[in-house]
Amino acid sequence: MSIQLSINGQQHVVDVEPDTPLLWVLRDTLGLTGTKYGCGKSLCGACTVHIDGVARRSCVLPVAAVGKGEVTTIEGLSATGLNVVQQAWIEEDVVQCGYCQSGQIMSATALLARNPKPSDTDIDAAMKGNICRCGTYQRVRKAIHRAAKMKAGGA
Amino acid sequence: MAIKRREFLKNSALAAGGLTLGFYLPRKAGAGEAAAGNGTFAPNAYVRVAPDNTITIILAKAEMGQNVYTVLPTVVAEELDVDPREIRIEQSGVDAVYNSPWFPIMMTGGSSSVRTSYETLRKAGASARAMLLAAAAAAWSEPLASLTTENAFVIAKSGRKASYGELAAAAARQPVPQDVALKPESDFRLLGKDVKRLDSELKVTGKAQFGLDVSLPGLRYAAVARPPVFGARLKTWDDSKARAMPGVVRVKQIPTGLAVIADSSWRAIKARDALEISWDEGDNGARSTPAMLEEYRELARKPGYVIQDGGDFDTLAATADKVIEAQYEFPFLAHACMEPLNCTVRDHGGKAEIWTGTQNPTLDRKYAAAALGYEPETIEIHTSFLGGGFGRRAASFSDFVVEAAHIAKGERFPVKTTWTREDDMHGGQYRPMTVHRSRLALDKAGKPVAWHNRVVSQGLDGMLMFGSKMENFDDSQVEGLKDQPYAVPALTLEAHLVKSPVTCLWWRSVGHTHTAFLKETLIDEAAHAAGADPLDYRKGLLQAHPRFVDLLEKVGNMAGWGRKLPANTGLGVAIAESFGTIVAEVAQVKVTGKDIRAERVWCAIDCGFAVNPLGIKEQMESSIVYGLSAALYGEITISGGRADQDNFNNYPVVRMPAAPAIEVEIINSGAAMGGAGEPGTPPIFPAVGNAIFAATGKRLRSLPLRMA
Repeated sequence: MSIQLSINGQQHVVDVEPDTPLLWVLRDTLGLTGTKYGCGKSLCGACTVHIDGVARRSCVLPVAAVGKGEVTTIEGLSATGLNVVQQAWIEEDVVQCGYCQSGQIMSATALLARNPKPSDTDIDAAMKGNICRCGTYQRVRKAIHRAAKMKAGGA
Repeated sequence: MAIKRREFLKNSALAAGGLTLGFYLPRKAGAGEAAAGNGTFAPNAYVRVAPDNTITIILAKAEMGQNVYTVLPTVVAEELDVDPREIRIEQSGVDAVYNSPWFPIMMTGGSSSVRTSYETLRKAGASARAMLLAAAAAAWSEPLASLTTENAFVIAKSGRKASYGELAAAAARQPVPQDVALKPESDFRLLGKDVKRLDSELKVTGKAQFGLDVSLPGLRYAAVARPPVFGARLKTWDDSKARAMPGVVRVKQIPTGLAVIADSSWRAIKARDALEISWDEGDNGARSTPAMLEEYRELARKPGYVIQDGGDFDTLAATADKVIEAQYEFPFLAHACMEPLNCTVRDHGGKAEIWTGTQNPTLDRKYAAAALGYEPETIEIHTSFLGGGFGRRAASFSDFVVEAAHIAKGERFPVKTTWTREDDMHGGQYRPMTVHRSRLALDKAGKPVAWHNRVVSQGLDGMLMFGSKMENFDDSQVEGLKDQPYAVPALTLEAHLVKSPVTCLWWRSVGHTHTAFLKETLIDEAAHAAGADPLDYRKGLLQAHPRFVDLLEKVGNMAGWGRKLPANTGLGVAIAESFGTIVAEVAQVKVTGKDIRAERVWCAIDCGFAVNPLGIKEQMESSIVYGLSAALYGEITISGGRADQDNFNNYPVVRMPAAPAIEVEIINSGAAMGGAGEPGTPPIFPAVGNAIFAATGKRLRSLPLRMA
């Protein structure tokens, strides 16, 4: 079945079953492998993308349900260089194995878009769906606070 | 050390032979830029300098989060005098020149990467620099002593200057120095300093390539139906529905089950799920954890194989004031790497290529070659970034690589085999289920006079790859106990080695995952029995080991040991040496009803010399959270021969709200360098357990830690 998608500002037509999770369309059909497979059940957050700016788990989202929604993946997160969240991640030396970090950054970017100055409790609530087996949580938390400050400072 | 030096000279000799022809390269995957005669300087297996001043440092270890991608090139860069941020890092293929000094294979594990490579990499950088200097001295007729280097340039006192690239061709004609001088530590710009990760940008942009991200022309995707019961075999099946599904290329029988090859991962997984299979469950379909645990407990009451004889415990204990007798129980644990297992294989007919994240490429090559019927040397392994390893990607007999080789065998296209999370968690290779039964006799003053410990568990299947016959006992059953540091005059260690179809493997910090818990819980119990402060009691028994005492003092100060705490809150301390490194931790735990919350953790580490303190702190943070997940939640149970858990809903791990605030301090004692990837994990289990006791008076001796 032919399905039209808008991803990172580009139009794509893909020929897949409508129940195919968006994750596998991104990865196998379109080669956008920055979005990761971790659990397939919306339990770990590695597959997080934005649909119209809202963080969604692409591993359980049938591609047919995306409709006219604008999909943003880690590859399309910033048109010019790195966004403040990515910069803060580098400053705080967050990543380890790095496999979950696309999803962490997508969740954090969506959080900051709707809540420019999140508290620790806000961060807990927004980030609890993103598992990191390397245990980088403390640095993720610091990086989110740092990114919030960078945004506020107009950086 | 002597062995390492000899190895290095051997490598250098090879390099010298190569230099007479231009240069030596142990292996060059991408050919072309470094082809003979193009002026590239490649004095050894780790360094290449191209005429355009592109400096490449070869990485022979796998990056799985533990930071070798940054630390190892930084060691070379220090001696070579280049900026690690301005070099290219190239992952090596399999070559004996990169073998571990401990085993004749390339492997990443045992928290060994930095300590076993450090001297070799320093010499690799220093000898390359010496040859560049010699080339400049000869070309400019300047005395060597008047030349120096800075950020990939040779600079003369006269002001004359040339880039390493400009000197590359001439440097390649210089003799390889046989005993190059290394920088004095006082001159270090990078080593011993915080150097941020070099892979950050790749990983915050989604550009880092993991095994699962491999893309190749004509790539097909596979999913496998494996036996649901450990040790079961295929009996009969009907694949007609699966074959009729869109995109399905083939269904084939392989030694581990039935594989479906399709034109996308999703189609392969869906078709795999549509297979109708009847399995011969063998004798294991009736096995379950409660019965296994009973069997282990029964064995724990019977004499086992004596590994270490400290004398007859009953006789020694007869004169004791008190005997503490306790049993400690541990479940199977899955590694649950964020990146599920996967492997891509292209059978070229007579030779093959493999793309995967692996800790163990030499053995993968050997076992994949056997599966394909080729010679190991014909197989090229492309190691990608690993989305976590924790031991699982140093797989027993390369399970996931061999299976992928069977699937791709005879196909005219590359095949990527993906394990779903459920496949991964059901796939065995667990930290063994373990029971320890311990008796500790104390004198009137509360000091240990004799200790008897009996362990019941399986050995690690991975050890069979290294020639272990798995007779009587496996070293992982007692590591951390055989050489335990406390002043105990008589220690007897016994083991029962259990056989089971459930496969077992090393899991971040291996045997220390259970021995540290039993040892540090038992010592805590002894301290309380003696009416002593647990931290002081440990110090008293560690007087012969000043590094331990220093760490306990430091971590106690960091945590404010002895301070008044809120209700239902306690501090617990633990210390353990593993992989050549000693780590002390204090956990602050609050218990509310059944809820156990590790609020803060303080950690003091002595690994001899911290090559990259920032990276070491990150590894402590990581090891603590990894261990905490297992301490609080981790448990694989077996029912009817099957693992009950299959995903993060029933195998929970620490998430952001449960992540403790962690502070780490480092003591550079100058002792022999130890590892950093694993030693932070063992102490967290008992530190949390001891804190629960301090908070509630309830002593928990089984993992995961649960308030009944």
